[in-house]
Amino acid sequence: MLPAAFEYASPGTLDEALALLDQHADDGKVLAGGQSLIPLLKLRLASPAFLVDINRIPDLDVLEERDGALVIGALVRHKTAERSSLLANRYAVLAEAAPQVADPLVRNRGTLAGSLAHADPSGDWGSVMLAVDAEFVLRSRSGSRTVKARDFFSGPFSTLLQPNEILTEIRIPARRGPTGGAYLKLERKVGDFATVGVAIQLQMDDGKVGTAGIALTAVGPQNIKATEAEAALKGQTLNDKVIKEAGQLAAKAAEPRADLRGSEAYKRNVVRIFTERGLKRAYERARGGG
Amino acid sequence: MARPITITVNGDKHSLEVEPRLLLVHFIRERLRLTGTHIGCDTTHCGACTVLLDGVPVKSCTVLAVQADGRQVTTVESLAVGGLHPIQEGFKQEHGLQCGFCTPGMMMSSFALLQEKPDPTEDEIRWALSGNICRCTGYMNIVKSVRYAAQKMKAAAAVPVEAGARS
Repeated sequence: MLPAAFEYASPGTLDEALALLDQHADDGKVLAGGQSLIPLLKLRLASPAFLVDINRIPDLDVLEERDGALVIGALVRHKTAERSSLLANRYAVLAEAAPQVADPLVRNRGTLAGSLAHADPSGDWGSVMLAVDAEFVLRSRSGSRTVKARDFFSGPFSTLLQPNEILTEIRIPARRGPTGGAYLKLERKVGDFATVGVAIQLQMDDGKVGTAGIALTAVGPQNIKATEAEAALKGQTLNDKVIKEAGQLAAKAAEPRADLRGSEAYKRNVVRIFTERGLKRAYERARGGG
Repeated sequence: MARPITITVNGDKHSLEVEPRLLLVHFIRERLRLTGTHIGCDTTHCGACTVLLDGVPVKSCTVLAVQADGRQVTTVESLAVGGLHPIQEGFKQEHGLQCGFCTPGMMMSSFALLQEKPDPTEDEIRWALSGNICRCTGYMNIVKSVRYAAQKMKAAAAVPVEAGARS
């Protein structure tokens, strides 16, 4: 399959890329890892007239803690996240999600930021970012703005990202104190879209839940933040009863649709079970149990 | 509009004019006539088109040729140098293929794995090949083939150089 014809530029600086996007705001598109965009071009579900390839822009592959935040640049690939000792040691939910994204070949090219900008409701990173309360830096020629993950997604494959903007940076509050996370995903086979995914982030405070982040993959028109379940956990001691209740609230927040991967009731049940398991796992990690 | 690019494929530089929409796999197969790299699903699922881009295995149906400008591409044709590569020998000895369609991709993913991990466990092999789909074998013999290659390459690396031999 061949994409429809397009013009292409691979600028060497972010400023050039932003200028090009500005110029082609009606029909331009950013190309990062291309693992979602190129298939869309080939299937002609998207036919932008101009592609701005950002792969040759230096310094967009930063992955580090800086100024109280974990910073993930626009060109950080899934593979880099999968292999990062920083993530493995301090950001369990990211470290656990990374190797579950797509397959090894796709992970070698695809980027976290690209996946977020693509905003597939079956995408894993959207849930992770909702759970950890990430924010995204959106740059355009005229400046930059910062948007919370929870405000960023506006529907299936829809976000607040404007056509002349690039998601240049993901920022996640730096880990402090006893924190644990987990990402659980059910898929029929490697590389298939998730049947269900659940991301969990727990910040403990004096033995009780300080804040909890819970977000759901592939069970709604976009990644869903299970705010009622999160609120119910706040200030609680994590016992079986509290965990069970959170599982039920998360299942209630899900809006699954029956398809080849399972019925609505089945998916909702997986959300409930994964939330319970994820909370237990995240709690263990927060207590230093790996 | 066509633009000039230069890609080094298996050590040879190729400077050609291509349309930006040309996929790397088409560049390799149709412009260079290196047909060892196969097009399987054409939808980023199967891994039959796997090649190495600057040493990293990628699906060449999901990379634009212009993105490989100035970079190194390694295809299955590079493996055999004066005889079969241990990976090819492994697939032959252990019956790691039936129809053979997925084999070039399997071999390139295996090659990248063995570069990084010369003695992989079965789990590591299965993990590394999990982006490559085979409809025939059930994967058992593919895993054995990679193990065979690992042993063979390890043995070759361990052979002491004879006294007086030129290096």
